[in-house]
Amino acid sequence: MKFRILSVCGTGIATSTVAAENCKKLLKERGLDVEVIECRVTEFASKVQVFMPHAIVNTTPVSSKIAPDIKRFLAIPFLTGIGGDKLADEIADYLKSLNK
Amino acid sequence: MTNKFKLDSKVVKTQLEAKTKEEVLAQMADLLEDCGYVKKSYKDGIIKREEIFPTGLPTGNIGVAIPHTDVKHVNKPMIAAATLKEPVKFRVMGGSEEEIIDVKIVFLLAMNDSTAQLELLKNIINVIQDNELLDKIALIKNEDVLLSLLEKRININ
Repeated sequence: MKFRILSVCGTGIATSTVAAENCKKLLKERGLDVEVIECRVTEFASKVQVFMPHAIVNTTPVSSKIAPDIKRFLAIPFLTGIGGDKLADEIADYLKSLNK
Repeated sequence: MTNKFKLDSKVVKTQLEAKTKEEVLAQMADLLEDCGYVKKSYKDGIIKREEIFPTGLPTGNIGVAIPHTDVKHVNKPMIAAATLKEPVKFRVMGGSEEEIIDVKIVFLLAMNDSTAQLELLKNIINVIQDNELLDKIALIKNEDVLLSLLEKRININ
Protein backbone atom coordinates (compact mmCIF):
# COMPACT_ATOMS: atom_id res chain seq x y z
CA MET A 1 0.00 0.00 0.00
CA LYS A 2 1.23 3.46 -0.90
CA PHE A 3 0.76 6.04 1.84
CA ARG A 4 0.15 9.72 1.19
CA ILE A 5 1.71 12.36 3.42
CA LEU A 6 1.07 16.09 3.23
CA SER A 7 3.93 18.34 4.37
CA VAL A 8 2.74 21.79 5.43
CA CYS A 9 4.70 24.99 6.11
CA GLY A 10 4.12 28.70 6.48
CA THR A 11 5.27 29.99 3.11
CA GLY A 12 5.96 26.81 1.20
CA ILE A 13 9.43 28.11 0.40
CA ALA A 14 11.72 26.44 2.73
CA THR A 15 10.86 24.16 5.50
CA SER A 16 8.22 21.87 4.07
CA THR A 17 10.41 20.98 1.10
CA VAL A 18 13.29 19.79 3.23
CA ALA A 19 10.98 18.18 5.78
CA ALA A 20 9.20 16.31 2.97
CA GLU A 21 12.45 14.96 1.53
CA ASN A 22 13.80 13.79 4.86
CA CYS A 23 10.45 12.28 5.80
CA LYS A 24 10.30 10.33 2.57
CA LYS A 25 13.86 9.08 2.92
CA LEU A 26 13.45 7.93 6.53
CA LEU A 27 10.13 6.19 5.84
CA LYS A 28 11.59 4.40 2.83
CA GLU A 29 14.39 3.14 5.07
CA ARG A 30 11.61 1.68 7.22
CA GLY A 31 10.21 -0.19 4.26
CA LEU A 32 7.23 2.08 3.60
CA ASP A 33 6.09 3.19 0.20
CA VAL A 34 5.15 6.86 0.54
CA GLU A 35 4.22 9.79 -1.61
CA VAL A 36 4.92 13.13 0.05
CA ILE A 37 3.65 16.42 -1.32
CA GLU A 38 4.14 19.90 0.08
CA CYS A 39 1.85 22.85 0.51
CA ARG A 40 1.54 26.19 2.21
CA VAL A 41 -0.63 26.44 5.27
CA THR A 42 -2.99 28.74 3.30
CA GLU A 43 -3.54 25.97 0.73
CA PHE A 44 -4.03 23.32 3.37
CA ALA A 45 -7.84 23.18 3.36
CA SER A 46 -8.02 22.62 -0.39
CA LYS A 47 -4.98 20.31 -0.67
CA VAL A 48 -6.20 18.02 2.05
CA GLN A 49 -9.46 17.39 0.17
CA VAL A 50 -7.76 16.63 -3.12
CA PHE A 51 -4.76 14.66 -1.86
CA MET A 52 -6.52 12.85 1.01
CA PRO A 53 -3.35 12.22 3.02
CA HIS A 54 -2.99 9.40 5.55
CA ALA A 55 -0.91 11.69 7.74
CA ILE A 56 0.23 15.30 7.93
CA VAL A 57 3.71 16.50 8.82
CA ASN A 58 3.83 20.18 9.62
CA THR A 59 6.46 22.78 10.48
CA THR A 60 3.84 25.32 11.45
CA PRO A 61 0.64 24.85 13.48
CA VAL A 62 -2.25 23.63 11.34
CA SER A 63 -5.87 24.34 12.27
CA SER A 64 -7.43 21.40 14.07
CA LYS A 65 -10.80 22.37 12.60
CA ILE A 66 -9.77 21.20 9.14
CA ALA A 67 -9.55 17.43 8.68
CA PRO A 68 -9.39 16.77 12.44
CA ASP A 69 -9.35 13.00 11.91
CA ILE A 70 -6.02 13.01 10.04
CA LYS A 71 -3.09 12.60 12.39
CA ARG A 72 -0.49 15.38 12.54
CA PHE A 73 3.21 15.06 13.28
CA LEU A 74 5.34 18.11 14.03
CA ALA A 75 8.23 17.87 11.58
CA ILE A 76 10.90 19.99 13.32
CA PRO A 77 13.09 16.90 14.01
CA PHE A 78 13.34 16.39 10.24
CA LEU A 79 15.00 19.82 10.08
CA THR A 80 17.22 19.79 13.15
CA GLY A 81 18.12 16.11 12.83
CA ILE A 82 17.53 15.73 16.57
CA GLY A 83 14.90 13.02 17.09
CA GLY A 84 14.40 12.49 13.36
CA ASP A 85 14.67 8.71 13.59
CA LYS A 86 12.29 8.56 16.54
CA LEU A 87 9.72 10.64 14.70
CA ALA A 88 10.08 8.47 11.58
CA ASP A 89 9.50 5.39 13.77
CA GLU A 90 6.32 6.96 15.17
CA ILE A 91 4.99 7.86 11.73
CA ALA A 92 5.89 4.40 10.37
CA ASP A 93 4.11 2.66 13.26
CA TYR A 94 1.08 4.85 12.78
CA LEU A 95 0.89 4.20 9.03
CA LYS A 96 1.33 0.46 9.54
CA SER A 97 -1.53 0.52 12.05
CA LEU A 98 -3.80 1.98 9.35
CA ASN A 99 -3.06 -0.97 7.12
CA LYS A 100 -4.44 -3.59 9.49
CA MET B 1 19.83 23.06 -14.55
CA THR B 2 22.84 24.78 -13.04
CA ASN B 3 22.12 26.79 -10.01
CA LYS B 4 25.22 28.54 -8.80
CA PHE B 5 25.26 30.27 -5.48
CA LYS B 6 27.93 32.23 -3.70
CA LEU B 7 27.70 33.86 -0.30
CA ASP B 8 28.45 37.59 -0.11
CA SER B 9 30.95 38.80 2.49
CA LYS B 10 28.92 42.00 2.86
CA VAL B 11 26.04 40.10 4.45
CA VAL B 12 28.03 37.84 6.79
CA LYS B 13 28.44 39.32 10.28
CA THR B 14 29.88 38.09 13.54
CA GLN B 15 29.10 39.24 17.06
CA LEU B 16 26.03 41.19 15.98
CA GLU B 17 24.66 43.21 18.87
CA ALA B 18 20.91 43.20 19.39
CA LYS B 19 18.48 42.90 22.27
CA THR B 20 15.44 41.50 20.49
CA LYS B 21 14.75 39.32 17.49
CA GLU B 22 13.19 42.32 15.76
CA GLU B 23 16.51 44.19 16.10
CA VAL B 24 18.39 41.20 14.67
CA LEU B 25 15.98 40.89 11.75
CA ALA B 26 16.00 44.63 11.02
CA GLN B 27 19.81 44.84 10.99
CA MET B 28 20.20 41.80 8.77
CA ALA B 29 17.40 42.89 6.44
CA ASP B 30 19.11 46.28 6.07
CA LEU B 31 22.31 44.52 4.98
CA LEU B 32 20.41 42.61 2.30
CA GLU B 33 18.57 45.72 1.17
CA ASP B 34 21.74 47.83 0.99
CA CYS B 35 23.26 45.24 -1.33
CA GLY B 36 20.17 45.13 -3.52
CA TYR B 37 19.16 41.54 -2.78
CA VAL B 38 15.76 42.46 -1.38
CA LYS B 39 13.12 45.14 -1.74
CA LYS B 40 12.33 47.75 0.88
CA SER B 41 9.26 45.73 1.88
CA TYR B 42 11.40 42.72 2.91
CA LYS B 43 12.24 44.01 6.40
CA ASP B 44 8.62 44.49 7.38
CA GLY B 45 7.68 41.19 5.74
CA ILE B 46 10.30 39.22 7.62
CA ILE B 47 9.45 40.73 11.01
CA LYS B 48 5.72 40.11 10.54
CA ARG B 49 6.20 36.57 9.30
CA GLU B 50 8.42 35.66 12.23
CA GLU B 51 5.51 36.65 14.51
CA ILE B 52 3.06 34.38 12.69
CA PHE B 53 5.42 31.56 11.66
CA PRO B 54 8.39 31.49 14.03
CA THR B 55 11.63 29.92 12.79
CA GLY B 56 13.70 29.17 15.90
CA LEU B 57 15.16 25.65 15.78
CA PRO B 58 16.19 23.79 18.93
CA THR B 59 19.50 22.42 17.65
CA GLY B 60 21.39 21.14 20.66
CA ASN B 61 23.67 23.62 22.45
CA ILE B 62 23.36 26.48 20.02
CA GLY B 63 19.95 27.71 18.93
CA VAL B 64 19.58 28.65 15.27
CA ALA B 65 16.87 30.66 13.51
CA ILE B 66 16.14 30.59 9.77
CA PRO B 67 13.78 33.54 9.16
CA HIS B 68 12.31 33.80 5.68
CA THR B 69 9.35 35.43 4.00
CA ASP B 70 7.35 35.67 0.79
CA VAL B 71 9.27 35.54 -2.48
CA LYS B 72 7.69 38.81 -3.65
CA HIS B 73 10.04 40.82 -1.40
CA VAL B 74 13.18 39.34 -2.95
CA ASN B 75 15.18 40.58 -5.97
CA LYS B 76 18.02 38.06 -6.03
CA PRO B 77 18.57 34.99 -3.84
CA MET B 78 20.96 35.43 -0.93
CA ILE B 79 21.52 34.19 2.58
CA ALA B 80 22.63 36.61 5.26
CA ALA B 81 24.44 34.90 8.13
CA ALA B 82 25.11 36.33 11.57
CA THR B 83 26.39 35.18 14.91
CA LEU B 84 25.03 37.13 17.86
CA LYS B 85 27.18 38.60 20.63
CA GLU B 86 24.51 37.73 23.17
CA PRO B 87 21.75 35.17 22.57
CA VAL B 88 18.38 36.56 21.53
CA LYS B 89 15.03 34.89 22.20
CA PHE B 90 13.11 33.42 19.26
CA ARG B 91 9.94 31.37 19.30
CA VAL B 92 10.27 27.74 18.20
CA MET B 93 9.08 26.79 14.73
CA GLY B 94 5.70 25.09 14.93
CA GLY B 95 5.66 25.54 18.70
CA SER B 96 3.28 27.28 21.08
CA GLU B 97 3.74 30.89 22.20
CA GLU B 98 5.53 29.74 25.34
CA GLU B 99 8.16 27.74 23.49
CA ILE B 100 11.14 30.07 23.30
CA ILE B 101 14.81 29.35 22.68
CA ASP B 102 18.04 31.32 22.91
CA VAL B 103 19.39 31.83 19.42
CA LYS B 104 23.09 32.45 18.71
CA ILE B 105 23.18 31.92 14.93
CA VAL B 106 20.81 33.38 12.34
CA PHE B 107 20.52 32.49 8.66
CA LEU B 108 18.24 35.03 7.05
CA LEU B 109 16.96 33.50 3.83
CA ALA B 110 16.05 35.61 0.83
CA MET B 111 14.63 33.13 -1.66
CA ASN B 112 12.76 33.79 -4.86
CA ASP B 113 12.02 30.40 -6.34
CA SER B 114 11.25 27.49 -4.10
CA THR B 115 12.09 24.49 -6.24
CA ALA B 116 15.28 25.87 -7.78
CA GLN B 117 16.75 26.55 -4.36
CA LEU B 118 16.17 23.20 -2.78
CA GLU B 119 19.85 22.32 -2.95
CA LEU B 120 20.74 25.54 -1.19
CA LEU B 121 18.24 24.84 1.56
CA LYS B 122 19.56 21.36 2.02
CA ASN B 123 23.05 22.80 2.46
CA ILE B 124 21.75 25.11 5.18
CA ILE B 125 19.92 22.28 6.91
CA ASN B 126 23.09 20.18 6.77
CA VAL B 127 24.93 22.95 8.61
CA ILE B 128 22.13 23.17 11.16
CA GLN B 129 22.26 19.42 11.77
CA ASP B 130 26.02 19.52 12.46
CA ASN B 131 26.24 20.34 16.16
CA GLU B 132 30.04 20.46 16.28
CA LEU B 133 30.08 22.93 13.44
CA LEU B 134 27.45 25.12 15.15
CA ASP B 135 29.53 25.18 18.35
CA LYS B 136 32.48 26.34 16.28
CA ILE B 137 30.52 28.95 14.32
CA ALA B 138 29.09 30.52 17.47
CA LEU B 139 32.60 31.27 18.76
CA ILE B 140 34.02 32.80 15.58
CA LYS B 141 34.84 36.49 15.87
CA ASN B 142 36.52 37.12 12.53
CA GLU B 143 34.07 37.61 9.67
CA ASP B 144 36.43 36.28 7.00
CA VAL B 145 36.88 33.08 8.98
CA LEU B 146 33.12 32.64 9.26
CA LEU B 147 32.63 33.38 5.56
CA SER B 148 35.23 30.86 4.41
CA LEU B 149 33.83 28.17 6.71
CA LEU B 150 30.26 28.76 5.48
CA GLU B 151 31.37 28.96 1.84
CA LYS B 152 32.64 25.40 2.02
CA ARG B 153 29.28 24.15 3.19
CA ILE B 154 26.79 26.43 1.47
CA ASN B 155 28.14 27.66 -1.88
CA ILE B 156 27.02 25.82 -5.00
CA ASN B 157 29.64 25.87 -7.75
